[in-house]
Amino acid sequence: MNTPEVPRKPSIAVWKFASCDGCQLTLLDCEDDLLAVAGEVELAYFLEAGRASVGGPYDLSIVEGSITTAGDAARIREVRAMSKRLVTIGACATAGGIQALRNFGDVKEFLAIVYAQPQFISTLTDSTPIAAHVPVDFELRGCPITKTQLLEVIGAFLHGRRPNVSPHSVCVECKRAGNVCVTVAHGTPCLGPVTQAGCGALCPSYNRGCYGCFGPMENPNLPSMVQTLRYQGVDDGGVIRMLRTFNAGAPPFRDASEAIEAEARGSEA
Amino acid sequence: MTFGPCCDVAWGIHRDVTLSDGALLIDRRGLETLFQALGSQGYTVIAPTVRDGAIVYDEVDGIEELPAGVTDIQQPGSYRLSTRDDGALFGYAVGPHSWKKYLFRSEAVVFRARLDAERGFVPSEAGEPAATRYAFVGVRACEVAAIEVQDRVFLEGSHRERDYESRRDGAFVIAVQCGEPGGTCFCVSMHTGPRAESGFDLALTELVDAQLHEFVVEVGSARGGAIMASVPSRPAQSRDLGAARAVSDRAASRMGRTMESDGLPQRLAELLEHPQWDDVASRCLSCTNCTLVCPTCFCSSVEDTTDLTGTEAIRTRRWDSCFTLDHSYIHGGSVRASTRDQYRQWLTHKLSTWVDQFGTSGCVGCGRCITWCPVGIDLTAEVAALLAPAD
Ligand code: SF4
Ligand code: SF4
Ligand code: SF4
Repeated sequence: MNTPEVPRKPSIAVWKFASCDGCQLTLLDCEDDLLAVAGEVELAYFLEAGRASVGGPYDLSIVEGSITTAGDAARIREVRAMSKRLVTIGACATAGGIQALRNFGDVKEFLAIVYAQPQFISTLTDSTPIAAHVPVDFELRGCPITKTQLLEVIGAFLHGRRPNVSPHSVCVECKRAGNVCVTVAHGTPCLGPVTQAGCGALCPSYNRGCYGCFGPMENPNLPSMVQTLRYQGVDDGGVIRMLRTFNAGAPPFRDASEAIEAEARGSEA
Repeated sequence: MTFGPCCDVAWGIHRDVTLSDGALLIDRRGLETLFQALGSQGYTVIAPTVRDGAIVYDEVDGIEELPAGVTDIQQPGSYRLSTRDDGALFGYAVGPHSWKKYLFRSEAVVFRARLDAERGFVPSEAGEPAATRYAFVGVRACEVAAIEVQDRVFLEGSHRERDYESRRDGAFVIAVQCGEPGGTCFCVSMHTGPRAESGFDLALTELVDAQLHEFVVEVGSARGGAIMASVPSRPAQSRDLGAARAVSDRAASRMGRTMESDGLPQRLAELLEHPQWDDVASRCLSCTNCTLVCPTCFCSSVEDTTDLTGTEAIRTRRWDSCFTLDHSYIHGGSVRASTRDQYRQWLTHKLSTWVDQFGTSGCVGCGRCITWCPVGIDLTAEVAALLAPAD
């Protein structure tokens, strides 16, 4: 008897580097949708969901976390080598994460303060995004990522199309939601105009300013944003703190915060 | 491209300011009865109300939800509520929302489709037509003009926007003649206000002082007249009409801003390489707020998504803006890749090429783009800088 050939389901692996696991948790959080995902793909490697692990190669690798050690810098090359497509998820993997704050300081000094025996710690001086080490097919932003966007990226991968993930500002989502702008109506500092959409304007919907969790939008004008924050009464230290959170290492945010420091040094000199 | 021989023709506006005969007078109780009558005729009443520190448009149950004694202070990039001691119900200018929120929704399903083995994707369900009939209360003259601009865009071309049409058709429009223009208003310059002369079912002028609180009601349609039959009223006397006219005259003399509009379409078309575009681009955030608050801006993107199995597809229309890169993306890249090009597209479309396309200006002078720009970019100031003689 001829059994019809069952097409092999695409295999997906989920990898973790320096990160908090929150983005991987988003996949588990997909609940009912996760069953649909499980029906369409073979979750070949996903330690957070179970032990069963299948060796590569994989059709799609989903990578969370940044590169902070020499070991991880080597491991991400192996992951890339055994993956047809590689998608990075979250602020750590796409911008270096909150741990990229080390990039602005002296890691040796941090180690001496934090660890009793710093000689046992082997770490790189910078926290860098995955794309600084290997080619990446798509970067999904957010701290954490948004579940619907993750499903959209997986769906787009399965059907060979471009993900519908918009790189425009948070303000677009804020206005679509019908929110009253917190900056204009309350004078609340908000990073929405320079931040990429994806969260559904979560914070402005609760009358808070945007914290910039999704990193810089497509063509951010940081000098003008910084001027506006100052005009709203945020001092330079405050502006630097706003820019140095989960996406501190993203080049436009990084450059803007460093420019403020350079300006301060210039006026001291 | 052609422009009319006289500015009034080019801007498609001709307004003859007279208060119609047959105007009525009602008091606050009459207004309450009018709200009830709208409700009992099956309308969902949308009106100004205070929320999150602003006067927004939302569903209301009665006149007690109107912003009584509240006003707004508007400047470029700034909006604050304040109080007024006369208890006026409509003593403020336009806020962050416009009626576009209800007529041209920020997000709408165009259709759903299912994959068929032989025929490919087959539409299974068209986007739902509006089940709701709206009564819009407090529509200002500039907003009546803005709705007419969107009507031209969505209903008068070769393709009709069905979702817009289904919402617009049944909508009952109660205008309010402005008494308190905002700091960023310039409808007088754009010949769209402060009085609405047509385009409404009813138009109210609020007369309020220490002794009285009344509304002159102009009737603009048969159904407007019919609903007034169930509202206790008396014919407005010439004294009332004079008071109503004075409200509008006072508003006209207190515009927050002015804009040079004579010959503007043609003059702007000649200034496409002006250095002012670089100047504004250094301030502009490309955030899209100006376009999304604008009551005439109509850009949207249409996105197709599938479920994970690839068998169910949805086509969704969402508000988009000339300030996003995807909006001008064609094969190979975005046509307008810099903020300079985006801002120039926005301003010249509003004030110049819109006239070629639709026969009127795309700007009604409501001032929203000025107030709700996080960095306070003021198009009247940009236009003035563009038109200023080079030194
Ligand atoms: S609240 Fe923030 S995100 Fe929303 S429109 Fe204002 S600036 Fe943009
Ligand atoms: S361009 Fe500005 S002032 Fe003109 S109609 Fe639009 S929001 Fe109002
Ligand atoms: S003009 Fe203002 S509101 Fe419009 S995109 Fe630029 S910064 Fe945003």
